[in-house]
Amino acid sequence: MKTTGSAWDGFQGALWQKEINVRAFLQLNYTPYDGDAAFLAPATARTKKIWEILTKLFVEERKKGVLDVSQIPSSITAHAPGYIDKASEIIVGLQTEAPLKRAIMPNGGFRMVLSSLEAYGYKPDPQVVEAFTKYRKTHNEGVFDAYTADIRKCRSSHVLTGLPDAYGRGRIIGDYRRVALYGVDRLIEAKQREKAALDDRPSTEDIIRDREELSEQIRALEELKTMAASYGHDISGPAATAREAVQWLYFAYLAAVKEQNGAAMSLGRTSSFLDIYFERDLAAGRLTEEQAQEIIDDFVIKLRIVRFLRTPEYDELFAGDPTWVTESIGGMGDDGRSLVTKTSFRMLQTLYNLGPAPEPNLTIWYTPRLPDGFREFAAKVAIDTSSIQFESDEIMRRTWGDDGAIACCVSPMLVGKQMQFFGARANLAKCLLYGINGGRDELSGKQVGPAFDPVTGEVLDFEDVVGRFEKMMDWLAGVYVNAMNVIHYMHDKYAYERIEMALHDYAPLRTMAFGMAGLSVVADSLSAIKYAKVKVVRDATGLVTDFVTEGTFPLFGNNDNRVDQLATWVVGAFMERLRKHPTYRNALHTQSILTITSNVVYGKGTGNTPDGRRKGEPFAPGANPMHGRDSHGIHASAASVAKIPYRDAQDGISLTTTLLPTGLGRVEKERIPNLVSILDAFFGATGFHMNINVLNREMLLDAMEHPEKYPSLTIRVSGYAVNFVRLTREQQNDVISRTFHGA
Amino acid sequence: MTTLAAKSPFELRVGLGNLPEQSVREALASGEMGFLHSYTTGSTVDGPGVRVVAWTTGCQWRCRYCHNPDTWTVTNGIPVSVAQAADELRKYRAGLKAMSGGFTLSGGEPLMQHRFAVKLLGAAKGMGIHTTIETNGFWGSRLTDDDLESIALVMLGLKSWDPARHKDLTGQEIGPTLDFARRLAARKRPIWIRFVLVPGLTDDPEDMAGSARFAASLGNVERVEVLPFHQMGRFKWERLGLTYTLESVEPPTSEAIDKAVAVWRSAGLDAS
Repeated sequence: MKTTGSAWDGFQGALWQKEINVRAFLQLNYTPYDGDAAFLAPATARTKKIWEILTKLFVEERKKGVLDVSQIPSSITAHAPGYIDKASEIIVGLQTEAPLKRAIMPNGGFRMVLSSLEAYGYKPDPQVVEAFTKYRKTHNEGVFDAYTADIRKCRSSHVLTGLPDAYGRGRIIGDYRRVALYGVDRLIEAKQREKAALDDRPSTEDIIRDREELSEQIRALEELKTMAASYGHDISGPAATAREAVQWLYFAYLAAVKEQNGAAMSLGRTSSFLDIYFERDLAAGRLTEEQAQEIIDDFVIKLRIVRFLRTPEYDELFAGDPTWVTESIGGMGDDGRSLVTKTSFRMLQTLYNLGPAPEPNLTIWYTPRLPDGFREFAAKVAIDTSSIQFESDEIMRRTWGDDGAIACCVSPMLVGKQMQFFGARANLAKCLLYGINGGRDELSGKQVGPAFDPVTGEVLDFEDVVGRFEKMMDWLAGVYVNAMNVIHYMHDKYAYERIEMALHDYAPLRTMAFGMAGLSVVADSLSAIKYAKVKVVRDATGLVTDFVTEGTFPLFGNNDNRVDQLATWVVGAFMERLRKHPTYRNALHTQSILTITSNVVYGKGTGNTPDGRRKGEPFAPGANPMHGRDSHGIHASAASVAKIPYRDAQDGISLTTTLLPTGLGRVEKERIPNLVSILDAFFGATGFHMNINVLNREMLLDAMEHPEKYPSLTIRVSGYAVNFVRLTREQQNDVISRTFHGA
Repeated sequence: MTTLAAKSPFELRVGLGNLPEQSVREALASGEMGFLHSYTTGSTVDGPGVRVVAWTTGCQWRCRYCHNPDTWTVTNGIPVSVAQAADELRKYRAGLKAMSGGFTLSGGEPLMQHRFAVKLLGAAKGMGIHTTIETNGFWGSRLTDDDLESIALVMLGLKSWDPARHKDLTGQEIGPTLDFARRLAARKRPIWIRFVLVPGLTDDPEDMAGSARFAASLGNVERVEVLPFHQMGRFKWERLGLTYTLESVEPPTSEAIDKAVAVWRSAGLDAS
C-alpha cells in the first residue's frame, strides 16, 4: 500500500485522518472567500481548442441522435482508455474509448438497450443478446416478475409514470472526494473493516445482503484502481496536488458513469473541497490562477460530455439528453462560516469560459447570509446564462446537515451518508378524476382504481369530491409504495451501484422518494368546486369526461390562502398516505413536487379537469402555478409555492420562473441587485427551490424556427437545464406558454 | 377556459372587493374605498427595489401616448376598501423589506382618489413599508403637508416644457404640475422624474432642456427616468374605440434615447 507521503502536508486535523470523514477535513482546512469575481481567469487557448473539437462533434451528434455506440456491456474496466486530444488534456478519462460514444448498460434492463439500438439504427451484437437473454437476468425482468396486477394497470393508464423499472434508478451520489483525500487503498481497508464487523452478526437475509454488497464494493474499488492505471495514474494513495485531486475525484465519478446509467448521476459537493488543494498549490507557487481555472474548465468539459444510451420515449419524459451531473455550490457551515470558496466562483466561471450549458447542473445552496460578492456573481450568471438553479441552504442544512448535495434536481442528501430510492410520480390530477368516476379512467373508460359509485347529480359538491379523492389516494398510495419496493429490491439485486455505494458509509440513511404531478391542477380544480359551480358532462356510459364551470374562483399562484391551503392539504394528505405503507429496507418516506419535463406527458395522458384545463394540455411543471394563472407577479407566485411545507415534501419542491430581462430592472446595472433581492426574500422565507430564466419569448419563438442560430441557448426547465433546441416541439410550446414575469 | 377569462376586456385582475353598491359612493367620499384597476408584485420598474404596485382608475389627462387608457375611467376599476388593500399588502411586508422595495400607487392618476390614496399610503407607512406615488401632479394641491409625510417618494411625470405642446399632448395645463414640484422641493421631499420619449412629439432638444433645467433647479430630483415610447398600449385604444393618433410612430432608436438622456444629464441630473 502506498503511504500518504507528502500528500497531506499542511493539512490540519486528526479526526479525518483516523476515520473516513471528508467533512471534518473540509471544515478544518477550507478558506472561505468573501470577495468578488474580479480574480477569475478567462479560458486559455488550450481549453478553447478542446472545446472546439467537441463543439464540432456536438453538431454531428445532434444530427444523428447519438454519435456512436459501443456494444461492449459497460463496466468500470470494460473500455480501453479514451481521449479527446491526448496531448493537451489536463484531466483524462472517458466512458468509452472515444468521446460521445455511448456504452450499453444492460444490467438495468436489456429491453431498453435493444430499443435504443434499434431507434438509432444499430444491429445488436448477437453475443450480447445471447448473454442477456439466456444467461443473465436484468433488473427490468426482475421487476416485472414481481409486479402486481394493480401496478401494471396504473403503469399503463399513466396514473403512475416514470417508474425506473427499465433502466438505472440513479439519484445516488458517491462521495467521490474520498478517493482524492484518502486514495483507494485506504477506502478498501475501511470497507474490509465494515465487512469484518458483520462476521459476528447472525446470517439473516439483511446481513447476508450487506456482506455481499460490501464484497462487491471492495471489488469495484479494485476495478477503479485498474481503470485509473490504464490512464497512467496510480490512485491507490491520496492525491498530492490540485490537479491530482481533481483527477482522482473525476476517476471515481467516471467509474460510476461507466457502471450505471442512472436517471441522475450527480457529482455531489466538490468545489470547496477541491479548493483546499488549489489554495495549497497557489500558496506554494506551484499554480497560477489561469492554471487553476484551466483545470476546472477541463474537469467541467468532461462532465459536459457524459452520455447514456436511451430511447426516444425516455426523451419525451426527460428531454434534452440530461444526465444531472449536479454540483452543489455555496451554502453555510454549521459554525456560521460560508462554504463559498474561490473554486465556487471558478465552477460558475466555466459558464463564461465554455459558454452556457445544461450540464453540469450547477446548483447554488442559497441563503441571504452568503457573502455579497458571491450572491451578486451567482445572480449575474443566472441573468447571463439561465443555466443555474438555487435551493434553500437554510432548509436543507437544518434538516440534513451542512455537507449535503443535490441529487438530480432538488433532492438533498448528506454526501456519503445518505442515499435514496428514487421513483417516479403519481398523477394526482388523474387520481382526482378517478375519484369522481369511481375508479374508471376518464380517457379509456377502463376500471383502473377500486370500483365505487361515481358521483351522482349534475353539480360537484366539494365535501363529496374530497371524500372520494381521499379514498382514491388511499388506494393509489398503496399501489405506489408496492411498486417502488419491487423496483428497488430488484435494482439492488440485479443492478447494484457498486462503486457509488463503496463511497458511502456502511448502512447509510435511505430515503424512498415518491413524487407527485399535477399539484396546481388539483388545487385549482378543488378551488373551482369549492368557490364556483362545476357541472359535470357525462358520455353515454356515464363516464364524466368534461366540466362546465360557472363563476370565478381563486387560482393557485396568487398568494391567496383560500386556494394555497388546498394545495398544501393535497401534499400533506398524499404524504400521510404514503407513510402508512412499509418500505423496502425501512427507507424513510419522502416526496418531491417535481416533474422535470414530464409535465407535458402527464398532461397528455389526462382528461379535462374541473379547473378548466383541457384534455391533453400540459400540467404546470413541479410545484408551479398553472401557466398564466399566476397573474400578480413573481412575489405572489413564489409566495404561494413557498407555502408548501417542506416537512411533507422533503425530497424537494420545484419552482421554475421565467423573467423578462426588463422584468428585473429598467437598466442593466439594477438587474443584478434586484435578482439578489428576489432570491434573498424567497430564501429568507420558506422558499425551497427556484430555477431562474431570464429570457424573451420572441427569442424562444425564433429559436424554434431557426435552431441553428441558437446551438447553446440553455434554459431551466424544472430542476435542470436543457438546450432549448433539443426539446421536442411540444415541450418547446409548453415553455413558451409559461408565465413570463415582468411583461 | 371560460372560467378563467377576465370579466372585462382589460383583464381586471383584482379580486379583492365585492361590496354592496349603496355604500360605495359614501366610502369614496370618505376615502375608505377606492377603485383599483389591478395590482402586481415583484415589480422592478416602479420605484426603488422590488415592489408591489397598484393601479388606480381615473385620470383627468388624455395623454396621446398613454399605454393604459383603460385606466382613464374610474368605474373601470374594482371597488376596494382601504382595509382590504392593506390586508393584501401586509402579506408582502417581510418580503418587501428583504428586497429594499415598497409599495407604489400608480394609475390612472392616483390623486383623482386622493383621500383613498392618502389612507392607503398611510396604512403602508404604518406597516413600515416604503411608499411611492406615481402622479402627473395636477392635483398635488389636494394633498396637505401632513399627507405628504406618508409619501416617501414622488415619481412625477413631466411631459413637455412647452405649454402649448403640453396642452396638445395631455389636454391639460402644465402649471399645477410645476407648482407641485416646487412645493415638494420646498419641503425637501424627493422626486424621481419620469419622462416619456416619443419621437416627433417630445424629443425636441430645446423642449427637453427646458424641463431638465427646471428639474435641476429644484434640488430634490434624485433621478430622471427616460422611458422610450412603445406600441404595447395600442390594442387598448382600439378595443376602447378611442382614436389613436400615434399609429405610425416608431419607438425611439437607442441613439435617440442616448441623446435624450444626455440632455437631462447635461443639466446635472442623474438620468438613465
